[in-house]
Amino acid sequence: MIQTIAFYLFAVLVIASAVMVIMARNPVHSVLWLILAFFNAAGLMVLVGAEFIAMLLVVVYVGAVAVLFLFVVMMLDIDFAELRAGFVRNFPLGIAIALVLLAELVLGIGAYQAGNLDLGTPAGDAAPMLGESNIENLGALLYGKYLFLFETAGIILLVAMVGAIVLTHRPPKTQRGHQHIGKQNARRPEDATVMKQPEVGKGVEL
Amino acid sequence: MDYSISLRLIAPEILLSVSGLVLLLVAAWGGQKTGRLVSILSAAALFGAGLMLFPTLHLGVVGPDTFAFGDQFRADAFAAFAKALIYLAGIGCLMVAPTYFDRLKAMKPEYPVLLLFAVLGMSIMVSASDFLTLYIGLELNSLAAYVLAAFLRNDTRSAESGLKYFVLGALASGILLYGMSLLYGFTGTTSFEGVRVALSGEMSTGMLFGLIFVLAGLAFKISAVPFHMWTPDVYEGAPTPVTTFFATAPKVAAIALTARVALDAFGTQVDAWRQVVIFAALASILVGALGAIGQQNLKRLLAYSSINNVGFILIGLAAGTVGGVGAMLVYLAIYVAMSLGSFVALLMLRDENGDALATFADISGLSAKRPALAWCLLALMFSLAGIPPLLGFFGKFVVFQAGVEADMVALAAFGIAASVIGAFYYIKFVKVMFFDDASERSVADSTTAHWVLLVVTTAIVSPLGYLVTPSLGDLTDKAASALFLLP
Repeated sequence: MIQTIAFYLFAVLVIASAVMVIMARNPVHSVLWLILAFFNAAGLMVLVGAEFIAMLLVVVYVGAVAVLFLFVVMMLDIDFAELRAGFVRNFPLGIAIALVLLAELVLGIGAYQAGNLDLGTPAGDAAPMLGESNIENLGALLYGKYLFLFETAGIILLVAMVGAIVLTHRPPKTQRGHQHIGKQNARRPEDATVMKQPEVGKGVEL
Repeated sequence: MDYSISLRLIAPEILLSVSGLVLLLVAAWGGQKTGRLVSILSAAALFGAGLMLFPTLHLGVVGPDTFAFGDQFRADAFAAFAKALIYLAGIGCLMVAPTYFDRLKAMKPEYPVLLLFAVLGMSIMVSASDFLTLYIGLELNSLAAYVLAAFLRNDTRSAESGLKYFVLGALASGILLYGMSLLYGFTGTTSFEGVRVALSGEMSTGMLFGLIFVLAGLAFKISAVPFHMWTPDVYEGAPTPVTTFFATAPKVAAIALTARVALDAFGTQVDAWRQVVIFAALASILVGALGAIGQQNLKRLLAYSSINNVGFILIGLAAGTVGGVGAMLVYLAIYVAMSLGSFVALLMLRDENGDALATFADISGLSAKRPALAWCLLALMFSLAGIPPLLGFFGKFVVFQAGVEADMVALAAFGIAASVIGAFYYIKFVKVMFFDDASERSVADSTTAHWVLLVVTTAIVSPLGYLVTPSLGDLTDKAASALFLLP
């Protein structure tokens, strides 16, 4: 009973916040509605027993992707009023894309109704469940059977990071006229000045 | 699963990754000036990893003893042979790079580190016996290679070649992944062994699609026609030491990987992939030969030459026999020497200001100015053209012989005919150097490292190379038999 109520609560909130994402006038509000949608989708995942995916949704989508969205929206000066002005002009294109998506839906459902594809059958000799939950099982697989691949994937991420730094990092250059306070303070009178006693009638040799 | 055995089998890879990580720290603390030191240490790491391969290679170890991590990784004689070639090519590319980048004031210690990680990726590729291992190794290699291509980021052409390589490489990875997901869907497994069993008998359309997509993705990586379009642009734009690297080590890795996928994972459906490989071989030979004729830029010319050579290598694979794969490996070894030598010679062709002599007009009459360099280039070009008694002829000979023995006389005859077309531009190279009027541009002195590499590779392709062919053939036979263990 509680599950049903929770399902309808989350489902209604997902759809409502998804509608608000595209209805909100302020793009920052749109992203905040999107975050709400992600949270509710995570709730739905918990209800079907996929707690790992629920955590991924919160950690990856809310924690990283949505925050990135927020940064982009707030840092780039996009004139959304001007973007909306093209609505009427792009209306036929939008309708065409909507029709294509509808056709894909109909075809997909039709193909599904027509019967199963002749896919390969699992061998049935898979290892028994190792732990209680999805997370334990995933962990046991990633750090057990697929340890080698998991570690190598880590090296790939490292290479991507090194590559990004190599290609974009420039050594800091002091700008022209930049003041070095430390250098100024370290300068002593004996480095900069010379005491001379010129004889009468003669110049100074430096 | 016993980890100690698995870890012992991947010892070369562990050495490479640990030294990559340590050298990254050296680079981070030591700063830009450690470029040369890190290069030397990387080369030492590659050499050390190569030494570890020796027992496997020498004894020709094959079979279940070489399976690591539950048959995700195979450290057999085939992988060891390919790795030895890759490490040697990597050491060569590390030797020539510092001089080039120092001149442009762009030498960074990250260059050898990225190269080391690219080699690690290739090392995993050639040992892959699971589609997941294949993809992870391929991606590790490719990501490092994209960065290397764009390494001179202030040079627009280098940046362009890096971007082009990245976009097209991502597309190819997508095609490959799509094929792998289809195969997984229709066979229920990602291991080569499992796919091989599931593919025996009648093949469904879905499986065929998966097979074709996987082969198309791999054909992109070995730059076989019709997936070769990126090669001339990337080779021309990338810094020449990086091009040297691209033309040698990744080619070996991708071809070895293709051979393993074709003969192991698709080993029960030889007829299905053979026509694809035959088409790719013929088209590569033809396009590589014809496309090079009009080129004036030497790097583009060598790029077409590498496409052409891939075609000959694929003839060995198309034979689908132990002899064919052995011939393919022999050709691959000779190709690495020829390719390394000719790109090193290109690196040595610079004037006093350090600008590259990049076109035919620049190198005309080279023999009068730098006779030693010109003669080395002559040997390399004649060898690439397959003119006896140079070793390039032997490579082509064994490949055609394997083709004829596998009842593919027409394919071999076509290859011989097309190699005559290809000989045109190699000989043009020699004609321009020896018989044309000298151009006004001078040629600067080269460093010892360049000379050593050039002389060594020239000695290998010279008739002296026939001294090593018996032992080379012995090694390749042992290596090739690793792919033909199962019925």
